[in-house]
Amino acid sequence: MPKNILEPNNWVDRYSDYLYNYTIVRVNDHEVAQDLISETFFAGLKSKDNFKGEASERTWLIAILKRKIIDHYRKKNSKKGKAEIRMTYNDDDAEGDWLEERVSDPFDKTAEDVMENSELGMAIFDCLDTLNEKQARIFKMKTIDNFDTEAICNEFNITPSNLWVIIHRARTAMANCLESNWL
Amino acid sequence: MKFFIKYEEATQICDKTQYNEASIWEKIKLNIRMLYCSATRKYSARNAKLTSAIKKSKVKTMPQDQKAAMKERLAKELAN
Repeated sequence: MPKNILEPNNWVDRYSDYLYNYTIVRVNDHEVAQDLISETFFAGLKSKDNFKGEASERTWLIAILKRKIIDHYRKKNSKKGKAEIRMTYNDDDAEGDWLEERVSDPFDKTAEDVMENSELGMAIFDCLDTLNEKQARIFKMKTIDNFDTEAICNEFNITPSNLWVIIHRARTAMANCLESNWL
Repeated sequence: MKFFIKYEEATQICDKTQYNEASIWEKIKLNIRMLYCSATRKYSARNAKLTSAIKKSKVKTMPQDQKAAMKERLAKELAN
């Protein structure tokens, strides 16, 4: 009997945020990210009979998404004929210095920061998986989407006291989960 | 008017401060508690680190309307 089974009805609720964060740092475009996730879910549906149940549902969807992202870049580059490198150099006063300006700057940590933030983001979503579904949804609405307390209370039909108890439990669980590597 | 609060109340106020939803009076009570309670201080420091980690990660959620549209399309496909 397979260890894991597919539940496509729950894919959007369970994995769309995780896949969205995974994709957005790789394609840097919200619409493209949403399209790729949508394609991933449909590809998952089409090939659901091939799922052996050895990997988790999320790992399986990520494997499909990775291929979609690679295909996206292949298509993009084949349209242009080759990878495009844009260099604008319109400053006449600085003419002649351009080569030196493009030598890698050891003090520029941007790419490294983006990678680290992306890993941290994935770790946050892994930890969110350890919460129960209601806790995770409320925590995301309050902490990531910055919803008002009142709006969340109305949606879940709970009192503000209930909300703060849920937030407290979620924050404690998240801190425990992230503590060893990230806090 | 009470100046001294229990640990549970202190941690809840601490959570509210992470979302800028604690009143000044609540913050005063929390600060008094932190003067003599190391557990509250520890909770507060860890809580602030969690907030900072989440901000640093720049995590986002997919817009609700997009999720709803995606769900609908998947449901249609599943029904076929």
